[in-house]
Amino acid sequence: MRRTAAAVLAAAVTVVLAACSAGGAASNSGGISAWSTTADKPNIQPSIADWNEQHPDQKITDNYFGTNDFKDKIRTAVNSPQAPTLVYNWGGGTLKSYVEAGLVKDLSSDLADEQDFTDKIVPSIADTGKVDGKTYAIPASSTAPVVLYMNKDVLAEAGIDEAPATWDELLADVKKLKKAGQAPISLGGQSKWPYLMWIEYLVDRIGGPQPFQDILDEKPGAWSDPAVIKATTMIQQLIEAGGFADGYASVSADTNADLALMVTGRAGFLLQGTWAYSGIADIDPDFVDDGKLEIAPFPAVEGGKGDPQSIAGNPSVYWSISSKASDEQAKAALDYVTTNVWDDSYVDTMIDQGQIPPVQGVAPKLKGDFAKQVEQMISDAPSFQQSWDLALSPAASTEFWTQLDLLFNGSSTPKQFSDAMNKTIGK
Amino acid sequence: MQTRNGGVVDASAPSSWFVVPALVMFLGFAIIPLVIALGLSFTSWDGLTAPVFDGIGNWVRKLGDPLTYHALWLTLQVIVLSWVIQTPMSILVGVFVSGKQRYRAVLAALYFLPLILSSAAIAIAFKALLDPNYGVGHAFNVAALARDWLGNPATALYVVIFVIAWQFIPFHSLLYQAGARQIPGSLYEASEIDGAGRVRQFFSITLPQLRNTIITSSTLMIVGSLTYFDIVYVLTQGGPGYATRILPLDMYLTGFSASDLGGASVLAVLLVVIGLVIALALTRFSGFNRMTSESEGA
Repeated sequence: MRRTAAAVLAAAVTVVLAACSAGGAASNSGGISAWSTTADKPNIQPSIADWNEQHPDQKITDNYFGTNDFKDKIRTAVNSPQAPTLVYNWGGGTLKSYVEAGLVKDLSSDLADEQDFTDKIVPSIADTGKVDGKTYAIPASSTAPVVLYMNKDVLAEAGIDEAPATWDELLADVKKLKKAGQAPISLGGQSKWPYLMWIEYLVDRIGGPQPFQDILDEKPGAWSDPAVIKATTMIQQLIEAGGFADGYASVSADTNADLALMVTGRAGFLLQGTWAYSGIADIDPDFVDDGKLEIAPFPAVEGGKGDPQSIAGNPSVYWSISSKASDEQAKAALDYVTTNVWDDSYVDTMIDQGQIPPVQGVAPKLKGDFAKQVEQMISDAPSFQQSWDLALSPAASTEFWTQLDLLFNGSSTPKQFSDAMNKTIGK
Repeated sequence: MQTRNGGVVDASAPSSWFVVPALVMFLGFAIIPLVIALGLSFTSWDGLTAPVFDGIGNWVRKLGDPLTYHALWLTLQVIVLSWVIQTPMSILVGVFVSGKQRYRAVLAALYFLPLILSSAAIAIAFKALLDPNYGVGHAFNVAALARDWLGNPATALYVVIFVIAWQFIPFHSLLYQAGARQIPGSLYEASEIDGAGRVRQFFSITLPQLRNTIITSSTLMIVGSLTYFDIVYVLTQGGPGYATRILPLDMYLTGFSASDLGGASVLAVLLVVIGLVIALALTRFSGFNRMTSESEGA
């Protein structure tokens, strides 16, 4: 009896171990692969199809995943033998962790011979693909800064005919809208990431780019910078003044519910990325044509050190090349990027969707007032602050979401926020 | 066969090899990952680079973190409140639909509807229904319903417990329905002769006869409460703030969002230990392991 049990156990262990090792033996055998997000599939897929047609012996296999699924999947795959040759990433903190772990190739010397290609890209956006001055990632998607959307009808009813140029004007507009019985600002708090746009813009307007640079440089106590404390205090003042539409903590930005509130006239303002623009037509196809939409840069803060023309948001999404790739695979992948990404058809595909490609001199080709205005903001901007969550390390950014949540629902004070975030420095 | 108690060995019993498929699965998907998690809890690992041995560093950090106890406290609330809400409701619904009348069968089919929905679908539906701007409150213009249910730290946990109850009461009702149908009709007939009313029958016959079902259902409910993840993740992602960050969610966020897989492994081991202790305690103190039949003559 006992002997049989032992034999059964041994057999079971063998089967399991065999199954494990069989799984591990499979590896990438010569093929070139690219993993990206479904959001950017319309741009990337045609260009890879083009490449595959012209290079039948160097075909790239492309795969697309939802943004959050992609982030989960790439994290486990990037250091495995199944790592894709071309790794899609957002630059910033994630890219830095890849570089530190030696997972992606330094492309600086290869790109030195590709000036025709590198000269096309807007420099401030190419910079997000650099770590310590070396290029590890090349932009491949549109540029999406965060702007202030306005519903002109709602504002006009409250007697507001101009975009608020300063924070005080915004506060005054909030009062006017409340008086007129309107919800002032729509905010998708349930998705948490829209909270971030308020703090990153305010800190930049108050203290310029330095306070956040200190945070990235992991200076002890950097989150207690006066600019951060002032920004979080101002956010809570805006909340107390009833600035955000009721129930904002339950409004989802992932389903464009925040956008819908503004477009359907249930809120006057919305601070969102330019990616939200394409969602307007689904809610009200005539909204833009009827001239109800206006956009403006984030208001200036009186006495602030920051340039009111600076912008924040997502500079681009980038291609990096896995260091697990063979020299041959890496070369073909880089050839694809420098030849097919940002060629005319790539740029045109993007423009047709109302997006703004991060390439120089694209302004005359853009379609519609919205794209032209945003392009103007980008070219006027002295700096382009990458969304903080992408720039921070994963541990810090996870804590950041929770702390922002507490700050915006009034459960913590500006000081508690700074103290809690200071603990994440160096993690 | 009754080998343990020195009884006869039944030669016709199935060969021990029959257990291999189940054992392989159990080893591969339960025991081995558990051992790996235990090992990882002593390392610092970000999922990118190789794990580095860290001794009891993670354990000291996680057990010294007030957030861990907060998550445990929330989990405890979910367990207790879920049991308190779901058990009486399930017994009542289960006993009611165990009746043979046709209309009860129709009602049963409706009651059991949530069983066929996935947790994610239920959570997404409730999120939409509870939305203060677009949900039921707004649609029917009921101000009392159009509240910030999931965005308010004071109500979020209770809303989550309510949605969990909505999902699981049908399953437990099904158990009680089956249990109630097993009760011999002769018991009720005898009690009727003795002059017992409906209420008296329920408390003196139905409930005691359902004893084993109650234990099974409670064990499933309590151990299950330890691992609720999907519904809470979709509804609130642990927020607002820390208001619904129960232990399984804390484990997920620590591991896969903050990339601290060592710390997350500590929480995983904690969850397993708590689950085992509760399950063992339940079977021991309820006498469930002896599994005596409550039916007459059986």
